Amino acid sequence: MLRVTCPTCGTRPYEEFRYGSLFPVTPDSITDPDARQVDHAWMQDNVAGPITERWFHEAGCRRWFTAVRDTRTDAWSQPD
Amino acid sequence: MNEFVETLLDLPWQADHAPKAAYDVVIIGGGGHGLATAYYLATRHGITNVAVLDASYIGAGNTGRNTTIIRANYGIPESVAFYRHSLHMYADLEAETGCWIMHANRPQLWMAHSVSTARTEQARALMNEACGVPSRFIGPDECAEIVPQLDLTGGGRYPIHGASFHPEAATARHDRVAWAYAQGALRRGVHIWQHTPVVDLLRSGDRVTGVQTAAGPIRAGTVLSAVGGNVTTVAGWAGVRLPIRTHALQAFVTNAYAQEFPGVVSSNDLVFYVSQGPRGQFLMGAEFDRYASYQQATSYTYVQSVARKAITVLPFLAKARILRGWTGICDVSTDFSPILGDTGVDGFLLSTGWGTWGFKAIPAAGEQLALRIATGATPALIAPFGLDRFAKEAAMADPSSAGTR
Ligand SMILES: Cc1cc2nc3c(=O)[nH]c(=O)nc-3n(C[C@H](O)[C@H](O)[C@H](O)COP(=O)(O)OP(=O)(O)OC[C@H]3O[C@@H](n4cnc5c(N)ncnc54)[C@H](O)[C@@H]3O)c2cc1C
Ligand SMILES: [Zn+2]
Repeated sequence: MLRVTCPTCGTRPYEEFRYGSLFPVTPDSITDPDARQVDHAWMQDNVAGPITERWFHEAGCRRWFTAVRDTRTDAWSQPD
Repeated sequence: MNEFVETLLDLPWQADHAPKAAYDVVIIGGGGHGLATAYYLATRHGITNVAVLDASYIGAGNTGRNTTIIRANYGIPESVAFYRHSLHMYADLEAETGCWIMHANRPQLWMAHSVSTARTEQARALMNEACGVPSRFIGPDECAEIVPQLDLTGGGRYPIHGASFHPEAATARHDRVAWAYAQGALRRGVHIWQHTPVVDLLRSGDRVTGVQTAAGPIRAGTVLSAVGGNVTTVAGWAGVRLPIRTHALQAFVTNAYAQEFPGVVSSNDLVFYVSQGPRGQFLMGAEFDRYASYQQATSYTYVQSVARKAITVLPFLAKARILRGWTGICDVSTDFSPILGDTGVDGFLLSTGWGTWGFKAIPAAGEQLALRIATGATPALIAPFGLDRFAKEAAMADPSSAGTR
């Protein structure tokens, strides 16, 4: 079961949290403005590894925070 | 693959013990989609110099993990036409392959628990009826006639206002579908290499010319990726960026219930669905986990939440015992429609965007992709589902794909 690490409260059960979003990143290699817009609207990095996300500790400290989670293991780490 | 399957499938080519250095077509991924494409290449086009490579055993991915619902009542006409064709192909698949896939008609009720959702279901029924998929909106009394186990008050909080009714929906045993296609393909000379992960693509200039495996390179005229949730990695080797995010979807099964439960019950408002398997057990599922994940883990929270929803409208399920739960990692497209065919990179094709809804699509997608590979032209039925649709502002947004599988 997924456990979420809140920077304020520590590691808590998933049910206390609400998933926010991840940060869409359009690669710099895409330079055409239209292509950048299509990429931003639809494309996904979909990394099998660490990704940066926003989470909300709804039934806890009620703070939004940014965290890094590995999509293969659910290991949490702090963002840079 | 287990012993049962080993004996079920006759594997004559295994004497060779190693893949050939080159094939006309290499298919990465021995799920339903990869195997069906190989089968139709061999049976419809006589293209048998084909290898299917799977990192694990065939059917190890989502094909062996789904809740086996086959239906055609989708949200946009292009999808309805495609899934309708697949539904009809499924109905003929036992006769076609000679394999028993336990295909059974299981009419679907897609319930509404509010006046506004009832309008949505009325619209769904009308649109599908107009597209040639028999569908109609039925009131609560008819719902109870079809499924007597329903609590029409929905536990007091989710009264049943009616449902869109899809009498042609069906189920079939998922791994038997994979084996039926595998067996048909093998008999015609296709090679299936299990436990053979592809680790990279071979490229020459702008073209994909084959695959790299742990056992060495294999050249190919055409490479098709049909790898489920791992597609972003594989497409990345060809420099192709995808509108796909990998999400975990869980499902579970209960012990057997002797009384017949006549169909598939789905709820639009509660977002869950239930059907009875051939041995009398109940299969249940709901929506995919919101956050991206490559893990096949299950969670008590999920089971609890789905069970609570199910009991709201089907109180008798409170007595059922949950036997097993499992998870698949799904290639969810951002417009909830499949992505099929050309990628902009010569020699490299895709079968993806199957998300939580692609089991029902296996026959039609396999047939149509085989046609694309054999002729070089994209058939009309799948033309709306090309990867190029996003740049053309022609996304095929159909969230009802995911609503009830
Ligand atoms: C819980 C659950 C319930 C579902 N319920 C339904 C339903 O009721 N109805 C419906 O229509 N759909 C349903 N689906 C969706 C359906 O299961 C999938 O869309 C469908 O099975 C996809 O088939 P596939 O062949 O594309 O992928 P998969 O079956 O996942 O096959 C991909 C294969 O590729 C292999 N592979 C991956 N990477 C590599 C590599 N690098 N090299 C070689 N091989 C590789 C894997 O081992 C795997 O065998 C459900 C899914 C889940 C998880
Ligand atoms: Zn907190």
